[in-house]
Amino acid sequence: MTNLDWRAATRHRLFWPVAVLVALLLINVPFTPGFFAIHVRAGHLYGSLVNILIFSAPIVLVALGMTLVIATGGIDLSVGAVLAIAGAASCLYISKETDQNSLSGVLIAVAIGLGAGLVCGAWNGWLVAGRGVQPIVATLILMVAGRGVAQLITSGQIITINSNTPFGVIGGYWLGFPFSVLLIAVMVTLAVVLTRRTALGLLIESVGGNAEASRLVGIRARRIKLMAYIFCGLCAALAGLINSSNLSAADSNNAGLWIELDAILAVVIGGTSLLGGRFYLGGTVIGALIIETLQNTIFTIGVPTQTNLVFKAVMVIFVFLLQSPAFRAKVFRRRARPSAPAVADAAPPATLTTSEVGR
Amino acid sequence: MAEPQPVLEMTGISKQFPGVRALSGVDFRLLPGEIHALLGENGAGKSTLVKVLTGVYELDEGRISLNGAPVRFSSPLQSQQSGISTVYQEVNLCPNLTVAENILLGREPTRRGAIRWRELRRRAAELAARIGLELDVSAPLGAYPLAIQQLVAIVRAVGIDAKVLILDEPTSSLDRDEVERLFGVMRRLKAEGVAILFVSHFLDQIYEVCDRMTILRNGQLVGEYPVTELDQVALVQKMIGRELGELEALTGHIRPAVGDPLVETRGLGRKGAIEPFDLSIHRGEVVGLAGLLGSGRTESARLLFGADGADSGEVRIEERKVSLDSPVAAIAHGIAFCSENRKTEGLVPDLTVRENIILALQAARGWTRPIPAAQRDELVAKYITALDVRPANPEAKVGTLSGGNQQKVLLARWLITQPKLLILDEPTRGIDVGAKAEIQKLVVSLSEEGMSLLFISAELEEVLRLSHTIGVLRDRRLVAQIANGPDVTADRILETIASGAGT
Amino acid sequence: MSALLRDKRLPVLVTAILFIAMFAGGASRYQNQNFLSVQVIANLFIDNGYLLVAAIGATFVILTGGIDLSVGSIVGFTTMLTAWLVQQQHWPVLVVIPLVLAVGCLGGYLMGYVIHYFEIQPFIVTLAGLFLFRGLCLVISKESISIDDRTISKLALYQVQLPGGTFLSLGAVTSLVFLAAAAFVLHYTTFGRRVYAIGGNEQSALLMGVPVARTKVAVYTISGFCSALAGLLFTLYIQSGDPLHAVGLELDAIAAVVIGGTLLTGGAGYVVGTMLGVLVIGLIKTIISYEGTLSSWWIKVLTGALLLAFILLQRVIGSRGRAAPLPAR
Repeated sequence: MTNLDWRAATRHRLFWPVAVLVALLLINVPFTPGFFAIHVRAGHLYGSLVNILIFSAPIVLVALGMTLVIATGGIDLSVGAVLAIAGAASCLYISKETDQNSLSGVLIAVAIGLGAGLVCGAWNGWLVAGRGVQPIVATLILMVAGRGVAQLITSGQIITINSNTPFGVIGGYWLGFPFSVLLIAVMVTLAVVLTRRTALGLLIESVGGNAEASRLVGIRARRIKLMAYIFCGLCAALAGLINSSNLSAADSNNAGLWIELDAILAVVIGGTSLLGGRFYLGGTVIGALIIETLQNTIFTIGVPTQTNLVFKAVMVIFVFLLQSPAFRAKVFRRRARPSAPAVADAAPPATLTTSEVGR
Repeated sequence: MAEPQPVLEMTGISKQFPGVRALSGVDFRLLPGEIHALLGENGAGKSTLVKVLTGVYELDEGRISLNGAPVRFSSPLQSQQSGISTVYQEVNLCPNLTVAENILLGREPTRRGAIRWRELRRRAAELAARIGLELDVSAPLGAYPLAIQQLVAIVRAVGIDAKVLILDEPTSSLDRDEVERLFGVMRRLKAEGVAILFVSHFLDQIYEVCDRMTILRNGQLVGEYPVTELDQVALVQKMIGRELGELEALTGHIRPAVGDPLVETRGLGRKGAIEPFDLSIHRGEVVGLAGLLGSGRTESARLLFGADGADSGEVRIEERKVSLDSPVAAIAHGIAFCSENRKTEGLVPDLTVRENIILALQAARGWTRPIPAAQRDELVAKYITALDVRPANPEAKVGTLSGGNQQKVLLARWLITQPKLLILDEPTRGIDVGAKAEIQKLVVSLSEEGMSLLFISAELEEVLRLSHTIGVLRDRRLVAQIANGPDVTADRILETIASGAGT
Repeated sequence: MSALLRDKRLPVLVTAILFIAMFAGGASRYQNQNFLSVQVIANLFIDNGYLLVAAIGATFVILTGGIDLSVGSIVGFTTMLTAWLVQQQHWPVLVVIPLVLAVGCLGGYLMGYVIHYFEIQPFIVTLAGLFLFRGLCLVISKESISIDDRTISKLALYQVQLPGGTFLSLGAVTSLVFLAAAAFVLHYTTFGRRVYAIGGNEQSALLMGVPVARTKVAVYTISGFCSALAGLLFTLYIQSGDPLHAVGLELDAIAAVVIGGTLLTGGAGYVVGTMLGVLVIGLIKTIISYEGTLSSWWIKVLTGALLLAFILLQRVIGSRGRAAPLPAR
């Protein structure tokens, strides 16, 4: 019986992502004493886990929006650029204020940043849904031009701001609690409610799963796609605000560089197929946490940080090879043959489910 | 007379797919200088056999020998190099390349590694001229209509010095003249000693051009016969097997009573798809559309559903002029459409049975108003039971269901929206006999309940059995509308299709 | 009109006209600054030779309907590896050059292999390549390594004199020779036509007997080679290795390919178009530098705007071309 339970558990789509996350966290324990401890110091929540959560906020947010876009059968390469634009726009506004700590000024700056994200998302959505441009191509435009726009906003400089209380809170602490973690919680909840409490999730999965069938069933796919891209733009903008708040600056050159790649990776680790259709918001969050934890772990176990990217590359290949039906067929067939026939019997359903995931 | 040595011999061919045994122990042989038909209903294993022969699929069991020597193909290239050329049902050429390149790709004349373009074009034009096709071979293939592309595919296949030529439903997109031209080429190649395997749904064509035929059913060999020794009726019986008897139960179900007109079209048409037509469908009426593949059956249905935009004419629903410019608009007027392409235009394979069933209703309600879970589960359960979807598990992924059950899921999807007009395009194609009979019964009972149906099928018997009125299409034109009655027979419909004259 | 819209060469023509218009505009605006000279055009090749080579590699990949995101990282890695081997390990340049080219080929080959045989999207595999090679840059060194090797300096300063006092650098000449070779391969060899066939319809190409596997892997290998060669040219141009060299170069390369009229869906396009695309991007840079007051960030914005214009143009051409089929005779 327990054997069966175990097997059912390993089949669950979140089993492997969670297992990898837990394993990564455990690796940290011998290197960081008290890794799992969480204390309250000076009225603030502290601890390695809290740090990981705080630092993962931009990836989680961007990946969240990316999940919905990918589920419609699209992709958004411009999130890094949008992140930079939002950060730049907000910081520029605050830096022009005489009182950088005024709450109303900061709120307007935040609104400007988020507004920029919405506009960028709507632009991508218009190209994809309205003009029928391939998503990879459509968002490539903003990926190229967007960073230029961000640099134009900041005139190519790094804009530093001095707004510790209101703006600094976004990436810092609020009432002793890390505000960005709160933001993650709010946005994840928003995304879940938006997609699962309404029919939006079903319609997104339908459009991504079979676009022509969805048209013939009367789904207004354009509207659905547009919403996904707008949500993705909003998430990227929010990540840009957190990023700028952490740095107290807007760095148009480096803000959000390659975050689109991290986000896509997080989405796929979470079990959502790059071809669209079924999406898993919980999986995406775990995928994003895995990426952040990996980076953190590389740092703590004393491997030079410059190898970070190499590890990430290995992980990308590893994750995708495991999800590739062709790879599994080639590798596992070779192994299954000499072993007991029971293994071969168990193999077809396993490959069937993974091929569905892979698709 | 002693039979010559077969050029191609396949023995004991078996091919298994996950969950389906597509071929089991099939034998097939091809003699030099003959045209050999491969026959069978959809799903009989014809295309699997062709794909095994052309190296697209590797066979699980069995042997293939070519000119007496055993061969084994693991790629189309190998098969092609052994002298087996194929023209597929869909045009399998590259639309972005020129006609000349498509004809000679892989056999380009070169000098010191460089392609000789002028020579390439000259040879391609020469080969095309051999079957009487004159066209600008330097234009991209995609610039030509489908029928011409099909002929180019044949030019390509013929151009290779083929010992065996496989024609997999090449005639479905050709008009009569083009078919005649193709037959001329086939006869000439036959005289040159080429063995031709011809797959076609058009029985008349088979009797016109073939020497022998091999019949498959459910992945098994029924037999091999000279064309002269098996008449059409016997052939159809061998293809269908016992199925004929099981469908008998429904015969004689012609009910005259119909209500007021529901949908009327006036001069509705679309260039290149269907000539302007007038059609009226009454409440509770089943209108059947009969005609050959490519006669405009599906095209007219798609116009009524707004799946394609019409470029002329108007539609009236309940005597009010309406604009059906999109599926959304048609659905709002109570029209539903089950496409013939279940996989590409119907199902969302990753979603569950439940999600697929509620999709149309949910789309109509909009994303902000989800169907309450209790109501949804009740509706889904009701239709799963009513249509006997198996497995009766709303959580099952729809992609894993059999063809018949997938069709029922699609029917449930539309029935749940309670449409006024339900358009069914080939709802019984490629599904098992039991499900076929159930769907036919459903059509009858829906019409008795007052729903109007537009029923499209390639099977005349089915159209005759179910329809009050039969629209006959030919060459993208609605040529006749015949009120069904005891005097209307399959022969008469066939005659109308053949002559194109209304009665 | 419809014949013109259907012509596959139209986008290239548009790019050529755009280039001439931009050049004429620049010439009239900067009359006193000697803009209208052959050397300005020669400089375009000198300053963008590496981009041209990288974009040619990207053209091969995009013609098959794939994409290669690893271009910038391989270019960066090549500069790093070359600088490290030459400067710190004192290897002879003549050994280093074939070695780094082989590394580029190997990288491309591996990516192509994974893409084809394990059926993983090119986007993802080359993304892993992007990470990997950028990471390997940092593994070699986090700092920039400047090169003062005599051979490298000599190669970098070598000038090919042309009639009329203009000159080209070795990098520019290499890129032009490479362009001619690529054009020949794509238009006059069976391999080149297979590349187009796969981009037109991979399934059909397979059924028509095209060795799809070999061709696709070869295309990514070529792209890896081009990236490594571009990296060498970049090293000559800038005479240093830096882990952050050529970040995002893949975007410039893809932009050049698209502006040059190649369809991102594959199957249609010309390397000559890619050259024009590179020249247009190069000319934007030149004009902005002549302008003086405009910041260099406008380069990205303008490139993006051109990208948009050409993608929308491609859609117009695509729909017109389909709408009016040729008459059947």
